Amino acid sequence: MLARLLSRDFPRSRVLAVLLVAMLIALAVTPFAIPGVKALNVAAKVLVFMVLVASFDLLLGYTGIVSFAHTMFFGIGAYGVSIALTRMGPDWSALALGIAAALALSFVLALAIGLFSLRVRAIFFSMITLAFAAAFQTLASQLSEFTGGEDGLTYKVPEVLSPSFDFTLFGRDMDGRLVCYYLLLVVAVVLVLALLRIVNSPFGRVLQAIRENEFRAEAIGYKVVVFRTTSAILSALFATLAGAMLALWLRYNGPDTSLSFEVMLDVLLIVVIGGMGTIYGAAVGAGLFIVAQSYLQDLLRIASEAVSGLPWLAALLSPDRWLLWMGLLFVLSVYYFPTGIVGRLRSRAAGHQVTVRQ
Amino acid sequence: MKSDVDWMPVALVPVLALLVLPFVGSPSTWVTLTVAGLAMGMIIFIIASGLTLVFGLMDVLNFGHGVFIALGAFVATSVLGAMGDWTGSDSLVRNLLAVLPAMLAAMLVAGAIGLAFERFIVRPVYGNHLKQILITMGGMIIGEELIKVIWGPQQIPLPLPVGMQGTLLLGDAAVEKYRLIAVVVGIAVFALLLWTLTRTKLGLLIRAGVQDREMVEALGYRIHLLFIGVFVAGSALAGLGGVMWGLYQQNVVPQMGAHVNVLIFIVLIIGGLGSTTGALVGALLVGLMANYTGFLVPKMALFSNILLMMAILLWRPQGVYALSR
Repeated sequence: MLARLLSRDFPRSRVLAVLLVAMLIALAVTPFAIPGVKALNVAAKVLVFMVLVASFDLLLGYTGIVSFAHTMFFGIGAYGVSIALTRMGPDWSALALGIAAALALSFVLALAIGLFSLRVRAIFFSMITLAFAAAFQTLASQLSEFTGGEDGLTYKVPEVLSPSFDFTLFGRDMDGRLVCYYLLLVVAVVLVLALLRIVNSPFGRVLQAIRENEFRAEAIGYKVVVFRTTSAILSALFATLAGAMLALWLRYNGPDTSLSFEVMLDVLLIVVIGGMGTIYGAAVGAGLFIVAQSYLQDLLRIASEAVSGLPWLAALLSPDRWLLWMGLLFVLSVYYFPTGIVGRLRSRAAGHQVTVRQ
Repeated sequence: MKSDVDWMPVALVPVLALLVLPFVGSPSTWVTLTVAGLAMGMIIFIIASGLTLVFGLMDVLNFGHGVFIALGAFVATSVLGAMGDWTGSDSLVRNLLAVLPAMLAAMLVAGAIGLAFERFIVRPVYGNHLKQILITMGGMIIGEELIKVIWGPQQIPLPLPVGMQGTLLLGDAAVEKYRLIAVVVGIAVFALLLWTLTRTKLGLLIRAGVQDREMVEALGYRIHLLFIGVFVAGSALAGLGGVMWGLYQQNVVPQMGAHVNVLIFIVLIIGGLGSTTGALVGALLVGLMANYTGFLVPKMALFSNILLMMAILLWRPQGVYALSR
């Protein structure tokens, strides 16, 4: 049963397994264990980024393609939901229609970008996607009639998912936010498991073959362009769903929330730190990174105040500069830990087994 | 004698300019737009030439190139800000005496940081494009944040020196003085690059090193040092381009590097990675397109570059001047 669920791709490291189970438990009990809005928001963001980063890992880690247009699909998902709910009112059919339309648009765009740029030199792909992402972000802020422009959109979600829906559980007062959170939790787990299934299928193996040696994969008889484009489309569709999750949780969407380059940087940082080419890395990385991002700023604030006598050091430690430290961590991890947390844990575990056998 | 120069892409620039003439209508407006486009193209070329050098010669995909642009521009704000008497004067000579040191300082600082960037960011990942993209991106994040630490996160004005403001009348067409200066600087950079690469021993060694690195090393040249020099020169050019771009926009923000990056990449893709002439053609096309569409169909201005890039790639999927490897 478990083998089936995980597509026979086990954590292969006791530490990683413990980490994953701990994360799942933490995500499941957060609404009850940790009081306050902030913790719940952080947990929901972890869920969204788990899916987003895992979908990006399909492209970067498994197919070896660097795309900077991933937030474009994330944004399409978020805008699909927010535009549908704004225009048609907060009901389930609007939500379904918004998600369906977003998926369709993402499919067409990913297919177009894929077919167009994957046939030119591979190294062009990242540059072209960067240009597309920038253009799309401007488009979203210009079409203010649809997207609310820079201000974004604020809307209501279906009754059951909104804070105004009250009910009692185990003698405690609950509201729709809790229902929404658990909906996201279930969706996120299902989507991540689905991605795990995809990368461990024969299709996923071909992607890895292409990543390792494109020329040989082509020589064996796989149509590299077809596989790459399929991978780009699948990855775009999952990113779209992650965007829909975000929009459903925030009940607000704007260019900065879902389309900005900062989101893309977060995704890159998480996938590298977590470990490329391991869907688990995306999940663990998202958990650690989002928590660090949310609480590191508080830590930096304390540190910055502690050294306020030294203006230079204080400026370096200012909470607004947290990205500086993340960037350093990023460069160091590409340099020293190219396989990320998960790769490290797995090779350590594998190393132990070898020594035991000897 | 068979000419091995491919003139078709170069011809694209005047063809594009002539094609839009009937749409613009008034010839004087057309002259204004064309000069503005060429000037913008020249500035973009200065920035892009550094990156195309680094890519073409060292095979390094530097996604952090933008940070040198921002750095150059910020250094210029400090230098020009300190030389208020010179920039405030309406004598062009005194203005130039302020702008030239600013450019020199920007090139020096960008070059020096480029040296460090090559050593700590790029050197560990030679030969691996995927890692190059990731790690230089990381380098850009760090650089951008450090700029915010030094100069603050806010937008800083970078006004043109008084003598460079205003317009000249060429017939009926009004042309901003600064754009003419930009065209001159751009032509100078292009000529210098082309001359160095094709007519000097240094250029010969660099080109030979690209072709067959081991052979050049076997002949006793330290190709490694040569390539570091190329990286530093590329960064310094970006710094110079940053000053020009900052003066063109008349303000600078720490994120400007990332913004300009998108433009440069489009230029390099159009030109064919690694080709200096290709970068010039690409930059001029992008500059002209931006100004023409900005006038004719303002809503399309942002997408004109992307449409242009797609059209060129359908024609030549490797860019107009592809390197043979």
